[in-house]
Order: sequence, then structure tokens, then C-alpha cells
Amino acid sequence: MPDLSNELQQTVQTAYQSKTPLNIIGGNSKSWYGRTPVGSPLHVSGHTGIIHYQPSELMITARAGTPLTEIADTLDEHRQRLPFDPPHFGEHATIGGTVACNFSGPRRPYAGSCRDFMLGCNIINGKGELMHFGGEVMKNVAGFDVTRLMAGSLGTLGLLLDLSLKVLPHRLAEQTLTLNADFPAAIEIMNRWAATPLPVTAMAADGKRIYFRVCGTPSAVEKSRQQIDGDLFEDGWSFWKALREHTLAYFDDDPRPLWRFSVPQAAAHIQTEAIDEQDWFIGWGGTQRWLKSDLSFDDIQKLAHNAGGTASLFRDKNSATNRNENSDGSPHGNREGEVFAPLAPALMQLHHRVKHAFDPANILNPGRMYREL
Amino acid sequence: MSTNMAKTPTDWQTFTFEMTKLVTADSLLTTPEALAPYECDGLSVYKQQPAMVVLPNTLEEAQAILKHCHAAQVPVVARGAGTGLSGGAMPIEDAVLLSLAKFNKVLDIDVDNRTAVVQPGVRNLAISEAVRHLNFYYAPDPSSQIACTIGGNVAENSGGVHCLKYGLTVHNVMGIKFLNTQGELIELGGNVLDSPGYDLLALMHGSEGLLGIIVEVTVKLLPKPELAQVVLAAFDDVEKAGQAVADIIAAGIVPAGLEMMDRLAIEAAEAFAKAGYPAAEAILLCEVDGTEAGVHDHIQSVEKVLHAAGATEIRTSQNEAERLQFWAGRKAAFPAVGRLAPDYYCMDGTIPKAALPGVLKKIAQWSAEYQLPVANVFHAGDGNMHPLILYDANKPGELEQTEAFGKKILALCVEVGGSITGEHGVGVEKLDSMCVQFHQHELEQFFAIKHAFDPDKLLNPGKAIPTLHRCAELGRMHVHDGQLPHPELERF
Repeated sequence: MPDLSNELQQTVQTAYQSKTPLNIIGGNSKSWYGRTPVGSPLHVSGHTGIIHYQPSELMITARAGTPLTEIADTLDEHRQRLPFDPPHFGEHATIGGTVACNFSGPRRPYAGSCRDFMLGCNIINGKGELMHFGGEVMKNVAGFDVTRLMAGSLGTLGLLLDLSLKVLPHRLAEQTLTLNADFPAAIEIMNRWAATPLPVTAMAADGKRIYFRVCGTPSAVEKSRQQIDGDLFEDGWSFWKALREHTLAYFDDDPRPLWRFSVPQAAAHIQTEAIDEQDWFIGWGGTQRWLKSDLSFDDIQKLAHNAGGTASLFRDKNSATNRNENSDGSPHGNREGEVFAPLAPALMQLHHRVKHAFDPANILNPGRMYREL
Repeated sequence: MSTNMAKTPTDWQTFTFEMTKLVTADSLLTTPEALAPYECDGLSVYKQQPAMVVLPNTLEEAQAILKHCHAAQVPVVARGAGTGLSGGAMPIEDAVLLSLAKFNKVLDIDVDNRTAVVQPGVRNLAISEAVRHLNFYYAPDPSSQIACTIGGNVAENSGGVHCLKYGLTVHNVMGIKFLNTQGELIELGGNVLDSPGYDLLALMHGSEGLLGIIVEVTVKLLPKPELAQVVLAAFDDVEKAGQAVADIIAAGIVPAGLEMMDRLAIEAAEAFAKAGYPAAEAILLCEVDGTEAGVHDHIQSVEKVLHAAGATEIRTSQNEAERLQFWAGRKAAFPAVGRLAPDYYCMDGTIPKAALPGVLKKIAQWSAEYQLPVANVFHAGDGNMHPLILYDANKPGELEQTEAFGKKILALCVEVGGSITGEHGVGVEKLDSMCVQFHQHELEQFFAIKHAFDPDKLLNPGKAIPTLHRCAELGRMHVHDGQLPHPELERF
């Protein structure tokens, strides 16, 4: 269980003094996410190991380089789990990378996101200062909530060292059911079930069928199955895992960029002439919609905006060749340009100031989230 | 008006005159009698009259007020219902107290997406009342929920008795709109599960009015559970009750609420609310909710675990009236304890659950030393303890003794791996204790964040984050340098 805090702190301090940008790399399983990384590679996966796990406290503290698999196995021994069901996207995925991306799995709308379960952290800011925020208890309002701010910040505010997360017990039983429905009907039906107290923990739709997962005590699951009146889907476990890991057929090799829409769950299905129905996949009960499309970044944002949300370029295997350009020739909608939805000017200005508060020399994953951050 | 200089009476006259042009006459309070109701929040031991109270009617008025204050470099303290327990909304001399009381409309209920857009002055309970006909509710339920407002809930990241399962305010708010010191409107999140950029929405939660003035909140609504039942268990020993809490969690049950009270709190609550609590050293209230089938299964498991943990008596609510009766004592605990002494001081530390027996022993020992009785009410599921120190403010020196005792309890919470505040906030009350929990770099980072949002230090200055100078002065008292006191306590 090597503790590399001191070495990593020295590295960041040196980089701060020499103003050397750092590209923080954990398990390197998500290097495709965000804008194209720049900077001198800083490998952090050596800072690994579970520091403290107390099942009755529903809490685990681990070094950021700890593999997700190690955490899942350890929790599983005590019939517990990370409630947000994180995708791994590779066998070397770490808890640090998961937090940096704020990635959550199919359970997210019903259980909460990665950010929701963060309790505390040790980080190194862009000046090389090692700091501790939050803690190992569930309620803690002392000081600003820097811990949750770290989630999804893509390593641009601090190098994550150690993370404390809330964990929960496994459900006793689960079943996956299906109903036939096209996308518009699926959105309506999923939304209807979500408004009931049924113990639903995942819902998705592929345009032909809706997939429901119900979890709870065996009798609660059986009762829910009767209420939903769907067909039992035998290999539910594999289906949800494949959806989580993007190994379902829908996500198979396709040269087109994969877009992620974050929209209100009841937002009507997005239909345009430029999009085939089979290019959509709806997850998170309607709040997360995947699209494979060559449409321009701006067109995608317009569609998302009209649906009441935003879109991001999630994965672009051929970023180098998928050259979308602005009228002035600057790259746009690929990993050289912006991949996340633009922020309102006042909000972007605030982002600059927050970034400066943590990383005044702009050395931590510069430009990984937005070109200017 | 000049900046960074003490303002003369003429300056104030000009400032007030300009303010009268921005709001209606009834929205500006300046006389000592009119200001009196605003001189403290729920922590009434700290009192201060502000220069004036302004109660804007509209967003445009609020923006104009902030611009005016910014131009004159006059600080602004935001206030909701004033139920906070740490002095977060206590006025500052020579500052404007900005009351959001008139921002009290539910703006929109989105039935399909199960969200509600409300103004910050809407009361917590009013949200659930507004959506009751839809069979929805808003989950966080701080004990002051009849009176406290959602804006204050966001500013404090309020909890309640159901947060083990349903989370804090930060888990139930999807978006906010806030004004910065120059009156600019900034929108975070919305009707979606996530938004691009940094999670500034999380950062705003619990920021105690230091980062912005919240003017609109989008909350998540949940479908009401089919059934809720509560098990009441009595124990002849606090430690056994503590173990029972761990056993329930270990059995894979996540109760909707899990509360513990000690003997003094039980006796006070029983005398006050007549909830029918048995005489015991500790009682646990364990609520389970969900589908009917799920609740029945879990209640059986909970009863089994409590038997095995040595409960001397176990009762399970058989209907809604009985469930509410079981809760009545717990919910009345604070006023009930309040009858035992002229004053009480409510602490709010959190600890790892396993540290409870050691911490309670230590509190009992100090209680004897200070000769100040303590009743303990404990959100056992999430480790948030509320020791209530009984004292008499009219006895010279007793408030100071009480505060010293309280600080020792909070320092102990930090030592065992907890925090000085679980849900009441730092405000003015726990500034010294912040120096125990955080070190120089962290405090500097907090100030850097504050600077990013409020470079002129105009929003609720002096609250929530102690200056390095203050901590340095106190440091002489608190520095242990690796020498941890109370080595007999287990640390988690």
C-alpha cells in the first residue's frame, strides 16, 4: 500500500515553480474523455490502497490510485457496494479517475451520483499544498464543500490523493423486466413508473424495448414485478453491466462521435431528419441520452438546448479526422476544440476565478475541461 | 462613498437615501424598534443590530440593492427565516441585512419531471404541502421545517432525521440561481441531473451566505413511500444501543431514520410530550419506509437485530397515529429539554458511530466537572450528535463555562475523526472550533474560494471561516503537535 503523497506533492511543487503543465494519469482508462490532454505525464496510480474501511460506518477511504475492482471486491466481502455503480471503462480504472470524471452507472437517477457519495478528500492544489477537506462522517458542514467540487473537475483543480466515500449495503434481490415500446412511449412509461414508490433502480430504452430493474427484499421485488407486468429478462445482470461499460452492441465500433445528452427525464424524444432512430439509446430513465452522430457541435447543442438540457462530446475515437470547424477555421466539437457545452459568460468568468483559486499557475490538467480552464 | 474607510453619519445618510429610491417604503427598516426582531437568528446569545434591513419584493430590487451596496462597499448579510443555530444570519454592524422573506412563491411545479422551482423564502414544509395532492414530497426535514426556508437550507446544507437514506439538502436540490455582489444573476444546474463545468452547485451548499445571494431553487420531489413504520427499542445501557445501530446497518438495512436519546432526554421528552416512552438508559427509534412488502420484511429484520442486541423492550408502530406518537417525543426533545433549565446550548458535532460510547463517557465526565447537565439526542444513523448543555445565562460566568465545555466537545469530535458541525453550520459560533478542524493551507484555500466569488469581501464577512490570525492566537491553546489528548479513546 504505497503512500506517494510526499513524492507527488514535491512533483507538483516543482511543476508550480517551473510552471510546467501536468497531465495527471491514473489507470489511463479514461484518457479519451474531455479535451486532448496536454502536459508532462504525471502517473499517480502508484498511490494505491484502501486506507480505512469500516462496514458499520458505511464508509471507505482509499488512495486515489486504488483500482475500482479492488474496492468493489473489498466491499463485496461485506455485502456492500459503491451506490453510484461506477463504470470502469477499462480494467485498470481507479477510484481517483472515477471521481475526477464524476462517472456514475445505471443506478444514478435513483441512488445518486459519484459526487453525492463523496465525504472527504486529501488533495494537492496547483501550488503543491496538501489539504484535507470533509471527512469520514456523513454529515459535515464545516468549511466550503471542496470535496464535492472535486467530483467531475477532471483534475483541473487538484490532484486527488485520498478519497472517502459513503457506501451502502447490497440489495437482497433484483430482477430485470422488459416491455415493448418505441422511444416516445418509453419516455412516457419510464417517467410514469419513476413517479411511483416502486423500488426501481435502473431504466433504459433502446427504441424497441424498455428495461426496468427492481431491487429490494425478495417479496418487494416480486410485488413490483407483478405491478410492472413486464417480461422477465433473464440475464439482467449482464445487460446492465454492458450498458454501464458501453459494451452493448449499440456502443460497438462506429466511426461517428458519441454524444451524451443530459436532459429533463420527461423531455420529449428528440427526432430530426438528420438522426436515425437506431442512433439513439436512452439511459437513466430518460435523463441521459446517447447519440451517435456526425452533426456539428453547434447543431447538437441546439438539439439539447431545445430539449431543456446540454450535450457533451463523450467519446470520439476518430477525433483527429472528425474535424468540425468554426467559420474562422478553429476546431470545434472535437477534442481539440470544446467537448462540453458552453457556459454563460458570467459563469465562465466564475470558473476562471475558481480555477485560479486552486491552480494559479494553470498547471493541473490545463485545458482538459474547457480550452481556457 | 469612499471604500475601505469607516463611514461617517453623512455617508450613511446618503447611502440610506439612495436605498429609499430602490425599494418601496415598507421594505426598508432603519429604526431601532423595527430592527430589533432581526438582531439575532436562532442562536440568540449573539445579538447585533444591522445598519438597516432591506426586504426586496422583486429580483430587480434585489439586484439594485446589491449594486448599491457594492458601489458603496457596504457588506450584506442574507437572511431567510432566521432559524439558523450558529449565528450565520446574525447581522453585522454597519452592514445591510438582506431579508429574502418576500421571495416566498412556489414558481412552478413540474409534475412530469418531479421538480419544483421555488423562491428562497418558501418554507421547507410548504414545498411538501404544495405537492401533497400529487403524492410527492421534498425529503430533507430539518427540525425547524415548519419555519425555516429553502434558501437558508441551501446556505446551511440542512439535514434532518431522514438524511441517512434521503441525503442532505445538496442531494435534493437540482439547481439554483444566485446573485453575485454586483447583482449579476448566475444559474447553476436546473431541471437535469448534471450540468457542464465545475460543481459550483455543491460548493454553494453550506456556504453560509459567503458566496452569493440565492434567489431561486429547483428541488427534487420524491414519490411518497407506500408505508413507513417505526420500531422503538429501549436499552439499559447506552453502549448496547450504540452496538444495535451498527448491527442494523450490518444487517443490510438502510433505515429512513435512526435516532437515539439518552436518559435525561427521554425523561424530559416523556414529561413534555407524553409519547409513552419507557424508562431506559437509551432508546432507539428506527424508521423503515418503502413498499409495503419491503417494509414488512425489513421491520422483521430490525426487530430481530434489536432483540439480539439486548433491547429490554421493543414496540413497532401498528398504524400511522402510533408512528407519529413514537416520533412526538423525539421531535419535542429540544423544547422538552428546554424546560429543565433556564437555557440550553445545542451542540452539533458528528462522529464515527463506533466512537459514540467513548464520546458519551467523556461528555458525562466533563458534565460532572463543569456541573452542567447534558441531555443527548443523536442522529445515530449518520453520527450527528446534539448534546444539549443545560445552563442559566443569568448566573455570572455560566454561559462562558458552557461555551468552553461545548468547544471541548467539538474538539473531541474532531479527534475521533468527526466534524465540528453536521448540519447547523459554523456561523459566528464555531469560528474557534474551525481552527481545530482545519489548518493554514485549508483556511487559505477557503479564502481563495471566497475571493473568487466575492473579491470585495462584502457577503456575510467574518462568518464561517476564521482568519489565520484568529487561529494563530488560539493555536497556543490547541496545538498538540502529534500529542493527541485522550489516548484512551479509540480513533476511527
